[in-house]
Amino acid sequence: MALTIGIPRETTPGEKRVATVPEVVEKLIKLGFAVAVERGAGEAANCADDAYRAAGAQVLPDAASLWAAADIVFKVRPPTLAEVALMKEGATLIGFIWPAQNPPLMQALAAKRATVLAMDCLPRQLSRAQKMDALTSMAGISGYRAVIEAAHAFGRFLAGQVTAAGKIPPAKVFVAGAGVAGLAAIGTAANLGAIVRANDTRSEVADQVKSLGGEFVKVDFDEEGAGAGGYAKEMSEGFKAAQRAMYAREVKEADIVITTALIPGKPAPRLITAEMVRSMRPGSVIVDMAAEQGGNCELTVPGEAVVRHGVTIIGYTDLPSRLARQSSTLYATNLLRLAEELCKTKDGQIVVNMEDDAIRGLTVIKNGEIPWPAPPPKLPAAAPKPSPAAAKPAAAAHGLSAPVSGKTLAVLFGLGAVLFWLVGAYAPASFLSHFTVFVLACFVGYMVIWNVTPALHTPLMSVTNAISSIIAIGALIQIAPPLEAAAERPSGWILGLAVLALFLTAINMFGGFAVTRRMLAMFRK
Amino acid sequence: MSANLSAVAYLGATILFILSLGGLSHPETARRGNLYGIIGMALAVAATVFGPRVTAAGLPWIVGAMVAGGAIGLYAAKIVKMTQMPELVALMHSLVGLAACLVGFASYIDTSLVFAGAEKAIHELEIYVGIYIGAVTFSGSLIAFGKLSGKVTSKPVLIPGRHLINGIAALVVIYYGYAFLQAESISAGVVPLAVMTVIGLLFGIHMVMAIGGADMPVVVSMLNSYSGWAAAATGFMLANDLLIVVGALVGSSGAILSYIMCRAMNRNFLSVISGGFGTGEGQKVGAGGTAPAGEVNPISAQETAELLAGAKRVIIVPGYGMAVAQAQHTVSEIARLLREKGVEVRFGIHPVAGRMPGHMNVLLAEAKVPYDIVLEMDEINPDFPDTDVALVIGANDIVNPAAEDDPESPIAGMPVLEVWKAKTSIVMKRSMATGYAGVDNPLFYKENNRMLFGDAKKTLDEVLAALKG
Repeated sequence: MALTIGIPRETTPGEKRVATVPEVVEKLIKLGFAVAVERGAGEAANCADDAYRAAGAQVLPDAASLWAAADIVFKVRPPTLAEVALMKEGATLIGFIWPAQNPPLMQALAAKRATVLAMDCLPRQLSRAQKMDALTSMAGISGYRAVIEAAHAFGRFLAGQVTAAGKIPPAKVFVAGAGVAGLAAIGTAANLGAIVRANDTRSEVADQVKSLGGEFVKVDFDEEGAGAGGYAKEMSEGFKAAQRAMYAREVKEADIVITTALIPGKPAPRLITAEMVRSMRPGSVIVDMAAEQGGNCELTVPGEAVVRHGVTIIGYTDLPSRLARQSSTLYATNLLRLAEELCKTKDGQIVVNMEDDAIRGLTVIKNGEIPWPAPPPKLPAAAPKPSPAAAKPAAAAHGLSAPVSGKTLAVLFGLGAVLFWLVGAYAPASFLSHFTVFVLACFVGYMVIWNVTPALHTPLMSVTNAISSIIAIGALIQIAPPLEAAAERPSGWILGLAVLALFLTAINMFGGFAVTRRMLAMFRK
Repeated sequence: MSANLSAVAYLGATILFILSLGGLSHPETARRGNLYGIIGMALAVAATVFGPRVTAAGLPWIVGAMVAGGAIGLYAAKIVKMTQMPELVALMHSLVGLAACLVGFASYIDTSLVFAGAEKAIHELEIYVGIYIGAVTFSGSLIAFGKLSGKVTSKPVLIPGRHLINGIAALVVIYYGYAFLQAESISAGVVPLAVMTVIGLLFGIHMVMAIGGADMPVVVSMLNSYSGWAAAATGFMLANDLLIVVGALVGSSGAILSYIMCRAMNRNFLSVISGGFGTGEGQKVGAGGTAPAGEVNPISAQETAELLAGAKRVIIVPGYGMAVAQAQHTVSEIARLLREKGVEVRFGIHPVAGRMPGHMNVLLAEAKVPYDIVLEMDEINPDFPDTDVALVIGANDIVNPAAEDDPESPIAGMPVLEVWKAKTSIVMKRSMATGYAGVDNPLFYKENNRMLFGDAKKTLDEVLAALKG
């Protein structure tokens, strides 16, 4: 029997997202599942109950009946203990769990002999897992929304303009931390026309910053900040001092500061002091995306926008939820990809394959057992960068310009001289004049053909082919017997051969020129 | 017409032929170039027909043969599909080769021309060489035609000990050449001539049979070259400078094309001619280098359309697969739609893409892609890092990063189109099979690469429908 996927309404106050959207419901049903949605689950994300019904889902009136019906529950936020109490024995739960922060929840779920896949535990470094990476899709949305919030609070245009009323300089945006959220913020701000500068302790992201239209600001201190799994790690004291100096400078200059600096499992680093905030121009904006983990700015109040020293400091912790429809759609797609991985047979049954690195990482509870934390996936030890092919043969750009080595040249000239001497010494005069013509013609051909554009190589072949039917001339002069014909000349044979040859070359001559003409007529601008 | 007048007419024709080839340096001037070629040919034929060597008795024959042959030629030129151009060109080469043979035989049995001493020896040597080249061109081109049109297997067919056989054949040809020069009478000379012709024919077959499908550009241009040399040899035989000049022009043109094709594959001419890829002395294909590991990321036609529509810069890299699937019109339509939407679309052409030099350009031109957005490999390679989507249609080896990264790879050093430097590359392929070189392609496993599986025409039609919808 096909399993039922249940989509409850999110209970966390202010949470507008929903774990699946009607478009995805259809695809889940195609995988063989039945889908049940709690009434009003998608309301805040602009997904009406009717839309779910139209997509083939069953809409249930309340949470109790939904949890009772669901074999698999898709959620966004971790469930409350009250919700866990409603859960079916042995059911599967997929959503953000944060097992390290929520031990009582883990105990309660284990007691229900549940299987729990935590989207936040996905081994993100597996390229195969990227399609299921909900943290990344949510972070991208947060980055976008952070810029929009900042622009909303900021009293000026972001793009520079020259108007009849005077010149408006572009806003300067500084982004601290170029992870997924930071990069999304950089791209969004650059697209709105602001001048974007960004910093990250991991120097390898510099190229990504540039590719999105930002400028990478380096800390004047030599230390690499890339930690395990592509996350940032904590840095040394000397580095931090240099970093503080750089931040003080950049923040003072900026109109909008967006901070995204997080270190896994630690409170967010304090990058922006009250002193730095005071140095900013009044009307400036700081968006602290790390507010939930304590904030990158000393003055941040998590969940609120406050004004300190004339600077608006935004510490919203629900940025993805503020773009509920978009984040629900992306999150639903991430869950769909996971469902496809779990249900490869497309028969509405799931298999939690612990041999699969991605699934193994996600699974924090299996049938009541807690296999979490998962061992780090056995990655193919980050393929050592191939040394840039040391001896890359310099491609000769052009036959003429490629210098031939002196030795080869000498040999060639020597051979030519010997050949010419032989011809000169033994060949009769009549041959010599033809030979001269032949050699010169070869050189003319060489010079002319190198100038042919490669795009026209096919017409070149067909036209040379047509021209080579000049052999017809040979046939022509043999067709008619010369006036003073020798007696035993086998004229019949010669005539036959010549007429046949003429016939063949005529095919070539007319066909070759005609097809070349046809081809060249097609080359149009 | 006097002998002097016809000599001047020949000179005029020669100049017109050179201008004709020179005109091909640019598509705008190429059409006029073709016209110069036609005028030159008409002038040469007229000067010969009305010249001192042709009498009125031959005119009916000449007109008959020209009209019959011309009609067939024009008909063939009209109905041929652009994807079949390589076949047509190969077939036409074979005609030149056969004509050279026939003229050679006719010239030999013609007793009205009398030579003596060194002149006789040289004249006979010219006949011998001319017929040999003609025979090789004829049979080789026929086999090439068969391979290109799928009538003969396109896999290299290798006979054991083939180098030995070729060597023996060469010795026999030289021996009979000696016998031929020593022959007292014409009837005594015909036998060595016939034996040599048969060996030449067999050699042509054998040589082209040993060459695989994707080496065809080299073979077709080599046969083009041979047909030129055959004409030049005929010119020597008949003491006709016009034939010599034209033969030399065509011969060097084909030789240069072969050279360009070989360089584009980073292969040496001899190794191409002597047989299939990497089948030479114990060179094991795929032995070197690390086997690429990882997963391929498939993509649907719908998603491809979305990616293309969302991109700012797109480069399309067509290969032989596009020609096989006859997808050029759909590709052109996609490019047109994208350009209307403000996407910058360009085409990147590898010199050996397809089965003859410039094959892709002709197909795209046929599908009305403007030639100024069709660029050569060297022109477009620096632009890949600024490109959002690189769409590879039915090509494999010419976009293989192993050629640059992996010095152990059998195709190391071959210049390739660097599609992997684009933000996203999409490879359209029927399956994960390797390309002609039999080398696995690490491109498919790259993180920014997506695979769009299926028949190129069908899938592209879906992409087009999605773009329109």
